Amino acid sequence: MQMVQGRYPAAEEKMKQIFYCLIFPGFLFSAVIGLLAGWVDRKLTARLQWRIGPPWHQNFTDIIKLLGKETIVPEGAKYTFLFSPYIGLISAVLAATYLGRGIIAPLESFSGDLIVLFYLLAIPALALMIGASASRNPLASLGASREMKLVLAYELPFILAIITVIIRSNGAIQLGQIIRQQLFFGSNIFSLSGFLSFLVALFCVQAKLGIGLFDIAEADQEIMSGTLIEYSGLPLAVFKLTKAVMFYALPLLIIVLFLGCSLSPLFLIAKYLMLLAIIVLIKNTNPRLRIDQALKFFWRIPTLLGVIAVILALFGL
Amino acid sequence: MDLRKKAFTKSIWVFHMSVGSCNNCDIETLDCFTPRFDLERFGIQLIGSARHADALLITGAMNKKAVLRMKKVYEQVPKPCVVVACGTCACSQHMFKYSYNVTEPLDKILPVDVYIPGCPPKPEAIIAGIIKALDKIKKGK
Repeated sequence: MQMVQGRYPAAEEKMKQIFYCLIFPGFLFSAVIGLLAGWVDRKLTARLQWRIGPPWHQNFTDIIKLLGKETIVPEGAKYTFLFSPYIGLISAVLAATYLGRGIIAPLESFSGDLIVLFYLLAIPALALMIGASASRNPLASLGASREMKLVLAYELPFILAIITVIIRSNGAIQLGQIIRQQLFFGSNIFSLSGFLSFLVALFCVQAKLGIGLFDIAEADQEIMSGTLIEYSGLPLAVFKLTKAVMFYALPLLIIVLFLGCSLSPLFLIAKYLMLLAIIVLIKNTNPRLRIDQALKFFWRIPTLLGVIAVILALFGL
Repeated sequence: MDLRKKAFTKSIWVFHMSVGSCNNCDIETLDCFTPRFDLERFGIQLIGSARHADALLITGAMNKKAVLRMKKVYEQVPKPCVVVACGTCACSQHMFKYSYNVTEPLDKILPVDVYIPGCPPKPEAIIAGIIKALDKIKKGK
């Protein structure tokens, strides 16, 4: 191993990149943390409903069980049916990797990685739509159309929230610089514009995860888990993993953007758990909206708040 | 016991299907997920789509129209899966045995693994039935 390191620096660099993507801030780590976060969600929900709730390994067991099940492809489904879960998983994992590396080594981040991250986090929803439309199920297509409307609804306020952060850190579109700015001048959330855009981002994250208020595309009882209705076995497990990785990556993104003052491991975990608790509480205390209500909600309150936050940020508040 | 079987017994997702029941068994089934009984402790969940199911919980006396749909749903469930007959109607058709609109008991149509008698069965009885199903899987189904 020593010899190899000495001889092939390029190969070593490549191995490092693969390690980042597959193991440490990437796939394995983010999936494990995401599944554990999913357990925290289920356990907290159960406790709030005065139940006991599942054991900590429940989500892992679910994934392993799904791997052992039969995979059924509906008659006449396109090849994208089996293809799209992986697109979603890969983009979510890449996003988690960028975020993780951005926190561990802020100086290594490249200019514009925030924009890359933004696009990568939008792809899992797209993959869900592609997969659902390929399955030839009417309920799945209903779910896909709802997901599409939801994406239209939440992306605008989410962009506005990110723009506020960019303005506050002097036009930097780089995770490292955003973190450094907050290190010097305090977290964004402690300013007026930062706080407003934090609220906006919190609701957008709920919608991106598709939980609680915005569990519209995947409504379990109403349209029989909508977009996922035809999936079974391995592809379903991949979708569940994608969701887990998003459950890890999105709160982390909020922490980096708004609470990036001190990112030592202990503080990071505390902040992550706090954010998770807030998200789960909002999920449990609010019923699901209809899709038109969700659209109205996003285009009125969070968009307005986002615009106000951008204007305030331009005045330096 | 291999990992696959162990994971299966620890996370059973139930698809709940009524084939002409009076709704009592369905209410009792939902009662299993309330705070008093809380089956999610054992990883058991009710799910929306038959494609995600590990167990097919069938309630009601098989009426002629519903039986066709039930067979279709059984074909849609990815195997391995467990079929549970919940309530006396599903087990033996109860008082509807000589009725004009019912066909046969459930076990003549589908391979039933567990019978849960009762009209309606108490949540305790349903939990006991589920444990029987788990034992059956563990012994090698």
